[in-house]
Amino acid sequence: MQFPAKMIHSLFLVNSSGDIFLEKHWKSVVSRSVCDYFFEAQERASEPENVPPVIPTPHHYLISVLRHRIYFVAVIQSEVPPLFVIEFLHRVVDTFQDYFGVCTEAAIKDNVVVVYELLEEMLDNGFPLATESNILKELIKPPTILRTVVNTITGSTNVGEQLPTGQLSVVPWRRTGVKYTNNEAYFDVVEEIDAIIDKSGSTITAEIQGVIDACVKLTGMPDLTLSFMNPRLLDDVSFHPCVRFKRWEAERILSFIPPDGNFRLLSYHVSCQNLVAIPVYVKHNITFREGSSQGRFELTLGPKQTMGKGLEAVLISSQLPRGVLNTNLNPSQGTYNFDPVTKLLSWDVGKINPQKLPSLKGSMSLQAGASKPDENPTINIQFKIQQSALSGLKVNRLDMYGEKYKPFKGIKYMTKAGKFQVRT
Amino acid sequence: MDEGKKLHVHDKVFLSLPLLISIIKLSTTAILFYDSLAFHNKHFCTLAKRQMLSMSTNNLSYSDQGGTDSAVEVGQETTPTSSNAGAGFGLFSVDFKKNEDLKEMLESNKESLKLEAMKRVVGLIAKGKNASELFPAVVKNVASKNIELKKLVYVYLVRYAEEQQDLALLSISTFQRALKDPNQLIRASALRVLSSIRVPIIVPIMMLAIKEAASDMSPYVRKTSAHAIQKLYSLDQDQKELLIEVIEKLLKDKSTLVAGSVVMAFEEVCPDRIDLIHKNYRKLCNLLVDVEEWGQVVIISMLTRYARTQFTNPWKEEGVFDERNERAFYESDEEKTRDETEAKPYMMDPDHRLLLRNTKPLLQSRNTAVVMSVAQLYWHLAPKNEVSIITKSLVRLLRSHREVQYIVLQNIATMSIQRKGMFEPYMKSFYVRSTDATHIKSLKLEILTSLANEANISTILREFQTYVKSQDKQFAAGTIQAIGRCATNISEVTDTCLNGLVLLLSNRDETVVAESVVVIRKLLQIQPTQHSDIIKHMAQLFDNITVPMARASILWLMGEYCERVPKIAPDVLRKMAKSFTSEEDIVKLQTVNLAAKLYLTNSKQTKLLTQYILNLGKYDQNYDIRDRTRFIRQLIVPNDKNGALSKYAHRILLAPKPAPVLESAYKDRDRYQLGTLSHTINTKASGYLELSDWPAVAPDQSVRNVEVIEPVKEWAPSLGKTGKSKPAKSSDDKFYSDSGEEEEEKGSGSSSSEDGSSSSSEESGSDAESHVQKNSSQSSEESDKSSSQSEKSSSESDSEKKERKTKTPLQKKTVKPTAKDSDSDENGNIAKEANSSSAEESYSDSDSDSESDSDTHTDSDSGTEHKKETKSKAKPKVSGPAFVPEKSHDLLHRMTGKGLSAQYQFPRQPCLYQPTMVSVQISLTNTTDHPLEQIHIGDRSPTGLNMHCFNTIECLEPEASVTVFMGIDFNDSTQAANFQLCTKEDHFSVSIQPAIGELLLPITMTELDFRKEKGKLLGMNESSATITMAAENMTSQPISRPVATVANLGVVPSSQGNVHRFAGKTASSRAVVLVTVELRESSTALITINTEKSVMGSMLLRDLKLALAQA
Repeated sequence: MQFPAKMIHSLFLVNSSGDIFLEKHWKSVVSRSVCDYFFEAQERASEPENVPPVIPTPHHYLISVLRHRIYFVAVIQSEVPPLFVIEFLHRVVDTFQDYFGVCTEAAIKDNVVVVYELLEEMLDNGFPLATESNILKELIKPPTILRTVVNTITGSTNVGEQLPTGQLSVVPWRRTGVKYTNNEAYFDVVEEIDAIIDKSGSTITAEIQGVIDACVKLTGMPDLTLSFMNPRLLDDVSFHPCVRFKRWEAERILSFIPPDGNFRLLSYHVSCQNLVAIPVYVKHNITFREGSSQGRFELTLGPKQTMGKGLEAVLISSQLPRGVLNTNLNPSQGTYNFDPVTKLLSWDVGKINPQKLPSLKGSMSLQAGASKPDENPTINIQFKIQQSALSGLKVNRLDMYGEKYKPFKGIKYMTKAGKFQVRT
Repeated sequence: MDEGKKLHVHDKVFLSLPLLISIIKLSTTAILFYDSLAFHNKHFCTLAKRQMLSMSTNNLSYSDQGGTDSAVEVGQETTPTSSNAGAGFGLFSVDFKKNEDLKEMLESNKESLKLEAMKRVVGLIAKGKNASELFPAVVKNVASKNIELKKLVYVYLVRYAEEQQDLALLSISTFQRALKDPNQLIRASALRVLSSIRVPIIVPIMMLAIKEAASDMSPYVRKTSAHAIQKLYSLDQDQKELLIEVIEKLLKDKSTLVAGSVVMAFEEVCPDRIDLIHKNYRKLCNLLVDVEEWGQVVIISMLTRYARTQFTNPWKEEGVFDERNERAFYESDEEKTRDETEAKPYMMDPDHRLLLRNTKPLLQSRNTAVVMSVAQLYWHLAPKNEVSIITKSLVRLLRSHREVQYIVLQNIATMSIQRKGMFEPYMKSFYVRSTDATHIKSLKLEILTSLANEANISTILREFQTYVKSQDKQFAAGTIQAIGRCATNISEVTDTCLNGLVLLLSNRDETVVAESVVVIRKLLQIQPTQHSDIIKHMAQLFDNITVPMARASILWLMGEYCERVPKIAPDVLRKMAKSFTSEEDIVKLQTVNLAAKLYLTNSKQTKLLTQYILNLGKYDQNYDIRDRTRFIRQLIVPNDKNGALSKYAHRILLAPKPAPVLESAYKDRDRYQLGTLSHTINTKASGYLELSDWPAVAPDQSVRNVEVIEPVKEWAPSLGKTGKSKPAKSSDDKFYSDSGEEEEEKGSGSSSSEDGSSSSSEESGSDAESHVQKNSSQSSEESDKSSSQSEKSSSESDSEKKERKTKTPLQKKTVKPTAKDSDSDENGNIAKEANSSSAEESYSDSDSDSESDSDTHTDSDSGTEHKKETKSKAKPKVSGPAFVPEKSHDLLHRMTGKGLSAQYQFPRQPCLYQPTMVSVQISLTNTTDHPLEQIHIGDRSPTGLNMHCFNTIECLEPEASVTVFMGIDFNDSTQAANFQLCTKEDHFSVSIQPAIGELLLPITMTELDFRKEKGKLLGMNESSATITMAAENMTSQPISRPVATVANLGVVPSSQGNVHRFAGKTASSRAVVLVTVELRESSTALITINTEKSVMGSMLLRDLKLALAQA
């Protein structure tokens, strides 16, 4: 009688050692042996990331995502857009993270009932039902330490007493009857710079991706508008569903009724045709000599075009060639660490002082007799620059309509390194 | 079974009866079983006990169906007994003991213990442990008041119901009850769980619940019903036809909540019924932006398929899309004055444009699946010059998670093969980072290779150089192949690439070298002339290369081009002869090949070597090699037997061979729709729906025309229209005469051409052959027939009553939705109502075939004109109300009712209980702070009053309200119906005094029929009055409005602008009531009422006078 039904049939959570620690079925039960195909692929893959996201098996298709070292394996029986499933699985992870703070195996096991309740609400017959965190939080209250204590004493529960209305309202992302004593709206403009710098220090590719994350705690049903000084900078944008697209098209103004709490209002792309100022430079000298069992390693970092703002939280990481047995390096500041098993070198630099540039110098010991590695390692850099958006994007003003009180408004800018790589 | 009950409730009970009986039988046998075995074998007790439990609860639930108490609550009461009986159970495994403690917890009276137990049970389920033994203990808690407990029970129930079908049935009544809860969320969740219980025996119950929920007031419940459709379908595919009806109905829903879910159901149940989409196409396009994101994905992919069947190919001639055309469309749907012929250049169908335009904003969605689905829609549907708008958004998705990147890159890979230009500006976004996963790297490589052209090849090659040195050797090998592809595609760089690859031959890594050899071999094959150096170089490297494939490649090269390296080749063969036995099979085969080729070209030097090798091969372990050796020997070594063949040996072995084509692995992927699972895995996934080719000629566009609701038009049909009603009538007669198939077609053809000529808006009937039109004409004919039949029956008033009675069970299904429709949109439009009621008639008159037919008719009807026509053709019969006044009257004030307040209003629906009754809707509200119990109707006066009471309401919570329906036969008089409204403690006398207008039911008839009827009702039966109208009442619409407010009458199309006609019949005695309002000069009007019920006539006249004279 079984008919290949569309959408998500079952979900298995698999940890990095290949154990299924949770399963949920939305239709009839699929035996967990279906995951054997997944384990096979897992064995074949050299790295956890290399497990293909879509694995066909004779009767099912396995679509998986890997987050926080947990594989979320969805079992599909027939044609469905794979991105649909992938996007949904990521939403599930986001929701868990939202609820439990972290999305680890331990957290999921501890909260297995909440997890089950969430999964039950998020999918009906394999089709997404309530994925908005606002609605979910009305249905199932997230566990907090206080609530856990209270629950154990009073025997009350995590399930909302009131039935949620959000699903039924015209503004599904906002619950009704929100009340705050302090009304505040904070917006973080966070830009990430993705770059590849080649050996000689010239930029191969650099682009800026930005997001505006908001934390809005406003009473009632506020209607906000946010305008920019220079909206033309935004080359490609994607919005939270609350943003009125027509208004943006016509006036380049973000007009929206915000969800309650934290949400991502907007993400944007600043086109790479605009010249991107690279805020950091790396001087490097990494050499391996043929025949010698020693290699030299020298790295110096310096700020560049940072508009007077300091580089903070600088972190260098690099995957050294397999032939490297150990390193003997000397950082001028911060701490470094080399894992001889994974060959991962990381150097926590901290703040860069332009007067005294941080450097990491020393030698690497190589496997005796092994030939010289033919590629120098790539250096990944992470950093933060506070109070500055690299693209120069500036919020002009934030207005509120629909409510009488005066909210407290705040805007913060920050630049971060995204996928910032230096080839050596 | 109490007769005085709401009908749908009644029906459900009716259906579940056999089911319950079967359960009882089952449990009775179980009981016997239990009795006989109880003393012998305790192990059997478990089973028997479970069965007994099911019996006891079921017996009770059966007697409970009247609605006094819940089955499961009773089940709880029986708990002590069963737990006593189960005292001696713990004989099983340790695991079972563990569960035993759970069982006790579940059966305890403490809520917190139960909850704790349920949490542990869910934990067991999550771990994949079997917790099915607990089923009886768990299922009893299904009616718990504690929401969390209830939810966990639901989780359990859905998981195990399939395994414990008979026990699962215990819970059904709880859900059935919840399905009628005033709270929409409770209704929805009940339906959700009910439909998730995969127990085939409840299919009829599910079907009913779905049908009912599909016309629920709450869009959320309707959404849930759309979900339930899929569940029911996967449970029982025999329900398909019925489910399609529900889908069809839900497709018409205007709520954004419903749209995504119903389209999902459509895709699952009947993706081939594209005809259901026509009427809803524009609505779906327009709603799309506001639909929730998951629904958007489903709708977009469905519309992609739809568009490919309905519109013509926009790719044939590019860039001739006419802007003016678009504008014309947006000005008005009606005024499409396009005279399109096939010879003309391509013009995009406005609906096609509408789809493209409305999906475009969704490229900005935060949901990657939505962006991808829009991208594939543009790829498959948009004119070539517009496709490139998707590029940016797709590139943006590459910032997302690894898995998203993987899918997006795959799709870009397919796109970039066909349309390099699209992604070339974003080439740098595909540069590989050392942190990318291997499959991402190779996809990026794939795309970069596809994007390579003369202009950017140097940049790409420089980038490739970095990749070749990568520590990820698999990726490095991939890069070498990519270089090879660039070299073949772009002739300018072939030499550069070749030199670069030769350099790689001295690489230390074996895989890199091997891959280079293979690629060089392929490249040399393409242009072998100038490259003897490279071949020599490779021969030198031969000793160092160990990868079999590379060695084989070099050997093949030697043999193939042995004439260019005459000295080296024999030497290589010599070496191979030495090491032959230790080589891999593939190398051995190539050695044999090389030997054969050398033997033919240079037999002097190699004869002995060749024979040696052939001898070695002859005794090889591998049969392939033995085979090949034998074949080669026969071929090249001449002897007397095979002379014929060896003559050609040279030509066979050294024939010029076509160069291999280096092409992308994604070359053929475009046969699958982009963004699909099938595209990702490059094989057809089950359930994949092919994207059809563009039709050569566009199917009829008018099928998508939807009647625009314009109340003015509806209220007073203009002159031209009624002028047409006569010829229409004649064609109607033709149908009537029961002619053959051909004649029918002719008739419908003529009627449709009338359409065309009379209305400027219609397309001329050029594609009259299209099946949809045919369909519509046939079905309109069908409904005509049925409506005329019903007319016949209505004229014979005696037999009619009987007939209607028998009709009732069928009718109520269809009447319900109508009621909801008119409730939801206030200016309920006549044509729609008339149509649905005609459909309803045909439900009752004909079998299920014509049901679907008449529905298609409503669907494919090509616009206002046609509708008008069918309406005017329809003979007098009850139609939907033209207007439902919102006004409600106080039945019982909360002060007098001690906190119980009641209001009543007339929903103007034909009464379901008895046709002679007038239906009254009563809303009861509890304003006290304690629940009111047992609300019911007590004594009534006059005693003969025929009344259909509502079911006793067991309990009305504080602040809650409930709406009930009752039917009252007023016997065509305005005498008040007095009765007592009782609660457990109190009795309140109340009365309902109907306005005269509420005792009528609207009927539809043509002007001609109206006149005929009026002719019969003159003299005594006529009452008239002249009044002075309020000035603003002079235009036609306000005339209809106050008349409709006063009395439940149907509008009759009129050919005279100043005369308005309305028709109805009395509810009880079915006497025709005709109202004519004739507007005179100086704002006076003559109201004439013709009816044999003269008292009613004069009362109605008084009411109308009042209403119309008012300002």
